[in-house]
Amino acid sequence: MRILVCVKRVPAPGSRISITADGLAVDTAFLGFTTSPHEECAVEAAVQLVEAHGGSATVLTLGPAEAEEQLRYAASVGVSNAVLLATDGADWDPQRTAAAITAAITAIEDRDGVFDLILFGNESADSGGFQVGVRVARHLDRPIVNGIKGISIADGIATLERPTDAGQEVYELTMPAVAGVKEGINLPRYPTLKGRLASKKVQIAIIEPSAKPGGQVLVRLEPPAELTTSTTMLGNGPDAAAAVVDLLEELGVLR
Amino acid sequence: MSGAVLVVLEHDRGTIAPAALEALTAGRALAAQLGTTLEALTVGSNGDSLVADAESFGADVIHQAHHALLTDYNPEAWGEVVAQMITATQPAVVLATGTDRGNEVLAQAAARCDSAFVANCLTFEPGQPGGTFGVTRVRWGGSLIERATVAGTGTGTGTGTATGTGTGTGTGTGTGTKLLTIAHHAVDASPAANPGAGTATVFEARLDPSVARTMIVARVERPAGVTLATAPVVVGGGRGVGSADGFAPLQSLADLLGGVVGCSRAVTNLGWRNHTDQVGQTGTRIAPDIYIACGISGAIQHWVGAMASKKILAINTDPQANMVTKSDYAVIGDLHQVIPAITAEIERRRAT
Amino acid sequence: MSEVTSSASDFPTTAFPTTAKVVIVGAGIVGNCLVGHLARLGWTDMVLIDKGPLPNPGGSTGHASNFIFPTDHNKEMAAITLESQRQYVELGMNNTCGGIEVARTPERMEEFNRRMTSAKAWGIEASLLTPTEIKEMVPFINEKILLGGYYTASVSVVDSLQTGTLLRQEAIDKGVLQVFATTEVMDLETTDGAISAVVTNKGRIEAEYVVIACGVWSPRIAAMAGATIPLTPAVHQMADVGPIDILQQSGKELAYPIIRDMDTFCYERQSAGSMEVGSYAHRPIFMHPDDIPSIEASALTPTELPFTPDDFDQQFEEAIDLMEMLGDAEIKYAINGLLSLTPDANPVLGETIEVKNLWSAAAVWIKEGPGCAQLVAEWMTYGYPQMCDPHGSDIARFYPHERTEEHILARCAEHFNKTYGIVHPREQWASRRGMRRSPFFAREEALGAVFFDARGWERPQWFTSNEVLFEKYPQADTPRPAEWDGRWWSPITNAEHLAMRDSVGVVDLTAFNEFDFTGPGAMAHLQHICVNNVDVAPGKSIYTPLLTPAGGFRGDLTIQRLAPDHYRVITGAFDGGRDNYWFTRDLPADGSVTFTDMSQSLCTIGVWGPNAVATLAKITTVNGKPADLSQVGSPYGSVIDALIDGVPVTMFRISYVGENGWEIYTRVEHGLHLWDSVFEAGAEFGIIPVGIGVYAVTGRIEKGYRLMGAELESEYNPVEAGLARPKVKSADFIGKAAYLAARDEPLAATMCTLSITDHTSAAGIPRYPVGGNEPIVTLDGERIVDRKGRVSRVTTAGAGPSLGKFLLLAYLPPEHAVEANKLAIMYMNELFPVTVERVGSKALFDPEDARMKS
Repeated sequence: MRILVCVKRVPAPGSRISITADGLAVDTAFLGFTTSPHEECAVEAAVQLVEAHGGSATVLTLGPAEAEEQLRYAASVGVSNAVLLATDGADWDPQRTAAAITAAITAIEDRDGVFDLILFGNESADSGGFQVGVRVARHLDRPIVNGIKGISIADGIATLERPTDAGQEVYELTMPAVAGVKEGINLPRYPTLKGRLASKKVQIAIIEPSAKPGGQVLVRLEPPAELTTSTTMLGNGPDAAAAVVDLLEELGVLR
Repeated sequence: MSGAVLVVLEHDRGTIAPAALEALTAGRALAAQLGTTLEALTVGSNGDSLVADAESFGADVIHQAHHALLTDYNPEAWGEVVAQMITATQPAVVLATGTDRGNEVLAQAAARCDSAFVANCLTFEPGQPGGTFGVTRVRWGGSLIERATVAGTGTGTGTGTATGTGTGTGTGTGTGTKLLTIAHHAVDASPAANPGAGTATVFEARLDPSVARTMIVARVERPAGVTLATAPVVVGGGRGVGSADGFAPLQSLADLLGGVVGCSRAVTNLGWRNHTDQVGQTGTRIAPDIYIACGISGAIQHWVGAMASKKILAINTDPQANMVTKSDYAVIGDLHQVIPAITAEIERRRAT
Repeated sequence: MSEVTSSASDFPTTAFPTTAKVVIVGAGIVGNCLVGHLARLGWTDMVLIDKGPLPNPGGSTGHASNFIFPTDHNKEMAAITLESQRQYVELGMNNTCGGIEVARTPERMEEFNRRMTSAKAWGIEASLLTPTEIKEMVPFINEKILLGGYYTASVSVVDSLQTGTLLRQEAIDKGVLQVFATTEVMDLETTDGAISAVVTNKGRIEAEYVVIACGVWSPRIAAMAGATIPLTPAVHQMADVGPIDILQQSGKELAYPIIRDMDTFCYERQSAGSMEVGSYAHRPIFMHPDDIPSIEASALTPTELPFTPDDFDQQFEEAIDLMEMLGDAEIKYAINGLLSLTPDANPVLGETIEVKNLWSAAAVWIKEGPGCAQLVAEWMTYGYPQMCDPHGSDIARFYPHERTEEHILARCAEHFNKTYGIVHPREQWASRRGMRRSPFFAREEALGAVFFDARGWERPQWFTSNEVLFEKYPQADTPRPAEWDGRWWSPITNAEHLAMRDSVGVVDLTAFNEFDFTGPGAMAHLQHICVNNVDVAPGKSIYTPLLTPAGGFRGDLTIQRLAPDHYRVITGAFDGGRDNYWFTRDLPADGSVTFTDMSQSLCTIGVWGPNAVATLAKITTVNGKPADLSQVGSPYGSVIDALIDGVPVTMFRISYVGENGWEIYTRVEHGLHLWDSVFEAGAEFGIIPVGIGVYAVTGRIEKGYRLMGAELESEYNPVEAGLARPKVKSADFIGKAAYLAARDEPLAATMCTLSITDHTSAAGIPRYPVGGNEPIVTLDGERIVDRKGRVSRVTTAGAGPSLGKFLLLAYLPPEHAVEANKLAIMYMNELFPVTVERVGSKALFDPEDARMKS
């Protein structure tokens, strides 16, 4: 079983996100970086599948050299191979990203064999384009379903569960296949100290990606219109209960 | 080329998604702006029932894509249908819902057309140089706004103004079809003032049998009742709840109000609640009449999932917590005292 | 329903105040404890503000590991820590779990012997453990890599947030405090050099006093008023790893002692089911106070910065070596936590030197928070702390060059990895050397001077060129076979000592501070500050203690009266900053006194020894005639203007080494010429350069001269130090009432000179204590504590080459202060016998001072 997980390095912001002076990026001067949450779960899913079925998991990212941190993090929780498509850190549009990742996957598979399963996050935490995984799957002509919160594998079939308002949808994808994973599929483990130390020894294959820009061009980031909420204080402690119930009545939710 | 605004109507086996009405509303405005017609697409014959909705929201033409494989949602099949519609009708814009399905279908269509696709737009500024669109869209679940330009379908060099990004020109033609979704809750759904009668026309999709590979093979229906996404009242708990057992009073209050319990990401990470209860950017986006946020500090991750709530009441010991300062109403105090008092007050009033 | 900004019960609902007696900025452990202590001392009308929310406003109090290891070699820090722990206990916020410092190296085991000694001094129960004993207490430790441990049963973890809340609430309940969270200081206003108002985002408060207690942000706030608080925010890495079965099974927050893995600079502290691993081993990582992110922009809090795992990997490996179970524990929470570091690792307390009534209570660790708060509260209330002498923490200690970012960062970088280090009492700084050099520096360097740092000054401690003196003084060559005893020391000092006492030597005293006070009000100004009468004839001098209001030592120095309206205060390098502040803070506003700091203009040498006068007489003239430098012509204490080989100088007949001779002051530009002239004149007498080793230790201790900061501290008075004069002047002065009372009360302790009678250790090696607070104990090893609770300990230790004895200075209570009394010194956890040689100030060497006055 060969599994590939594609992840993205994103800042871990506080309760307000600052923008750089040129308006083109998040000001990360004081921020740490993390793996986009859906992808963190995808990594965990990959590790669990390898633990259950054998094989190996590979993590891949497209990003600046510093994205090595996210690759090592994945390695520290059990991924054994890492690939960095090193950029200068500028924002790559989804088409370009997908093209570069596709090329890299093709190259790796030509050398090492096909990945039975490729996992993406449903969407990245920062740019939220909702499409890189689909584009890559399409380029590779492999089936993909997004919104996945359950994966099981048997007999060359990946059975995927996708919860919706109406319930649970079940898909059966013949492998090689691709899935867009959502947070909630599992509770990702933290790295152990040993895992962290072992991750330092994982070789990172560095590929210089090349792909043409796509049709979506970032012009500028802006803060959202400040919500001018004036908070109405209903009171302190249990004494406020009456005012709260008055409010519920007023809003018509107390039936 | 029709040059129309084509709205892809999300539905589940004939039941229209609320977001689809928002998309029709946004599409109608965009069509007016472009001076073109509003058209709608339903996928699968069980979507034919959406004609009335589409008409009342101003759709002039309703394309009804039919094929034997379109009995249920299927991302690749739906994406293929949209791609074929683009080829067939050359719309100016394809607009879909900014939901998991809407975004997935347009991603599939865009991959097939090798075109740009911009998810979760808020506003549109057509008529940029070279025929590109300017859009604003959601990043970070709504904590940041991105201004972008988007080129349409087709090959050749588009304009892609590339202001400062250094990425050079984009691919695609400025004048081709723009693939966009409208962010959920970005507009309020409102029917057309004077809707005409729409023309329903069947579109016979030509699907390769291989698209069956992403069809739904089984379903587990959810028991009836409100969901987190649709509940009129959500009572949310954060780290301040203190433990898994600490959610009991929140559950009681939610039950009294016919609502559901939600929680923050911190709570799911602590293992106190299931991820299905998580309100947030990577959990569920909620839009209740009132969200009662208890012991929740209000990190971005949570806030973006809750901000579509019509009213927010924060209960927190810290008057400076982000959730408190951003809420409409607040009670300062320990939720373990405040919530039972509210429950008791409701029961008292009901008894009298 | 009403619109208000905040209204929890413990948040005031009143309008934001426009005036207050005192505004305290910062509601961390220090600010909270401070308002509690100020309230206890009777302060009212206080306002506490913080830019963050309560109870955790986001400073380092909120993420500290909160444990207390009470043993400290430094008396002041030990006292403050013990007092803090006592207060935590009193508030029920102290969770005692015990702590073990473990050793992986023999050097660390020796350090534990030293720790046992300091524990003895401060009355802390401690014991040494074998690896097996450690294993019994901590079953998950790998004792095979350990040589032993130092166990302190009283080690505890405290709840700093709740402690702060309680003390804050105490002040609120007294009705003397209003608290405003999320209130950010935008500006500090001053009027006539004093603080006058705090401008915040909620409004402006006029205040008589302002205290800056905002940790890592303190320098930024102080700068708003033009004041300096020398500290830098620095990273301390911490990771919470778990869950760990054995810890979970304990069912307790703290079931096992805290482990300090001293040789890897790490600690492991149980936190319920997981382990907190912290490190002081990583590279120093600093941050500018202006660069600390805002609360909104922080993923956690402003002082919990993103963890940089690369910096921690080595510590993780070493931690796994010590506790294998940690390897499988998950890293659940890890931060680069910010804390405050200062150039000398001590807190920064007291009134800022730049702005009156603007106080600093910064760079304080959790372990010392309540104590530091009490100390500052006392200082504000009584004019000086009563808990202990604040020498090491006094913000006034820093010279201008020590308040620069360059200095702060360099020194903090140097000492950060010494947080768990083994630091010698004579340890020298490696960074920021050569900041201040006397005009003699080049000559001294050529003479092979070994330079020690004295607050930036490069001072020769001894001269390797004097090694040749061993031929003449073979008895001087007394090696100290234990490396620790002889570290930062040379027997050359003994040889220099003997040569000076035989003939003549020159000591570079340029590090002195000279403060000139001129004008019609000068005498009255100094009379108010000094114990002894400064109304002496021009050309005469005064030795005087300076007292705190409570009658303890605040300073001790000499003053020259150069003219009726011109005094020159001479004080040492180590107290110059504090003395400058003390003498200038309350200069009369009417302009009747002018202060001029001459320290940068003057250089000084001391020329001492039996041939000093003969040397100087050859080249010194007064009014064109050879100067009469004899005791008759210029008695001890005289100050004369003269020319030495044509160089204008001021000569001061005084000695700190017990020899005839002079301190000679001249302008810096004449220094080198003066030096060369003196050496040329003294060549026939075999004149030698003499290092500070003689001046500050051997020469001084033979004469029993007391040193400010060693023997002289605010906890002791002139009577106890043996420095009380028969009469007290009629003029009023600071501390007079207390001083008069002390003269009338029975002595609680007396400064004594002792000698070690047998240096041989159990291992058969002669040992020479370094003078680091070694306790003087009974022959049975019992601590000696006087009736005021003060422990007898060594304040100075050093050879007395002319006496052939190794001498110690220590205060002893009357029952022990008996000449020929036999006691013991504990050194490196061993007892060595000592004899009381002298009670009081009479010198052991030349007791009648005949040599100085010949």
